[in-house]
Amino acid sequence: MSDKLIDIRNYTSSPSAPLLTARGLCFDAGGQRLINKVDLNVAAGRCTVIMGANGSGKSLLLRLLHGLIRPEEGTINWEGQPLDRAGRQQQAMVFQRPVMLRRSVAANLRFALSVRGVRGEERRAREAETLALARLETLKDKPARVLSGGEQQRLAMARALICAPRLLFLDEPTASLDPASSLAIENLIQGARENGTTIVLVTHDAGQARRLGDDLVFLHAGRIAETGPIKRVLDAPRSEAAQAWLGGRLFVPEKTETDSIKNGV
Amino acid sequence: MDSFSGILVEAIGLILSWDPDVIEIIVLSLRVTLTAVAAACLIGLPLGAIVGAFQFPMRTGVIIAMNTLMGLPPVVVGLLVYLMLSASGPMGVLGLLYTPTAMIVAQTILVTPIVAALTRQVIEDLNSEYAEQFASLGVGPFDRVLALLWDARYSLLTVALAGFGRAVAEVGAVIIVGGNINHVTRVMTTTIALETSKGNLQLALALGLILLTIAVIVNGLLMAIRGTATRAAYV
Repeated sequence: MSDKLIDIRNYTSSPSAPLLTARGLCFDAGGQRLINKVDLNVAAGRCTVIMGANGSGKSLLLRLLHGLIRPEEGTINWEGQPLDRAGRQQQAMVFQRPVMLRRSVAANLRFALSVRGVRGEERRAREAETLALARLETLKDKPARVLSGGEQQRLAMARALICAPRLLFLDEPTASLDPASSLAIENLIQGARENGTTIVLVTHDAGQARRLGDDLVFLHAGRIAETGPIKRVLDAPRSEAAQAWLGGRLFVPEKTETDSIKNGV
Repeated sequence: MDSFSGILVEAIGLILSWDPDVIEIIVLSLRVTLTAVAAACLIGLPLGAIVGAFQFPMRTGVIIAMNTLMGLPPVVVGLLVYLMLSASGPMGVLGLLYTPTAMIVAQTILVTPIVAALTRQVIEDLNSEYAEQFASLGVGPFDRVLALLWDARYSLLTVALAGFGRAVAEVGAVIIVGGNINHVTRVMTTTIALETSKGNLQLALALGLILLTIAVIVNGLLMAIRGTATRAAYV
């Protein structure tokens, strides 16, 4: 069986100019190529969902796109220019396991603002507004690390949103959350979208992908196996990897001479 | 045994009588030690935080040096400070030898590596947890060090108290640079050493009991701080 990779070179999810562009991204670790020649355009104002099996490189790709780690090869451009500190400051990321500072809920939000130089009255106003948005007002003086998992993830979302990012990366933000907590997170994501924030969301939940996403990027073994409008890819996947994964089947492609990736599903 | 009981009773009596000489010795001990610990924290906390939070050339060597210096022999430190401050030494003009300041300098040198090395470990652990979040938020180097020090505050209080424990019980360095001069540089540990050699065991034991009491209070504080911090999930 061979993985029929669909040509996604220069794929753009919408006619609007891409906010973020990745070209030929490669990343190696432990002698293995974990991300292999990924080309991707993230269009402004849209929600791009990244799906794929465990170990396919979704979280790694998110970190590369956000500039948290450097690729071995390839380029990442922000509005046509190489991604730098100024570009990263217009982005935010919510991790699968929220990292809570050892401070109160409100102090976690204040920290994000103080890093961006927001102080005084504006800081107080944005703090109050974001606490209300994430329904955390009653918890604002509680130590962040004693909150429940759902509350912590809401706080992580609030901390990301308080700086009004233009691009928000979400790495499985509802993994291991109950339905009510997941809904609260999805509402925050939907609200951010309505405010014009571009979203890149990693999820395993096809239902969530349909509810929130516009475009889908399906990763398999570090490569983009398929990409396109979300409904089309979920309803009629063209790549064997996506078909197998969405059908709940095991898919192990043949190794090619040029493919140094150790595949596993 | 009878003589020990007698000495113990007399020692307790000495403590309860609030003997002015004893009080003076305790106050000087605490003044010297607390000042030295404060100075060691001013140097050691940022130093440990920088080494713990950042990668730079020779970092491993710096860590090895810091860990090694934790075991500095007090008498060697005392000797070095003595040579620096003695009339023929490079800092002899300051006239600090046999003053409480000389004792503070010696204790600061002893405690700073302890504070720095323990801080480095605490901050390194915390930084590995925060690194990605800080990078995502765009936290700069200065803000990162401040944030790590603040978020590790409860663990760092423990570090400072460990330094205090080392300093307050120290005798070798302070006796060399302080000279154990009555009403000038006489602290609890040097007095215990002197009075024991003179056979004045009541005073020596009284000061020993006070030192033990301070150790108990410090440990009690440690437990209370850790309890508070654990309840708030701040450690």
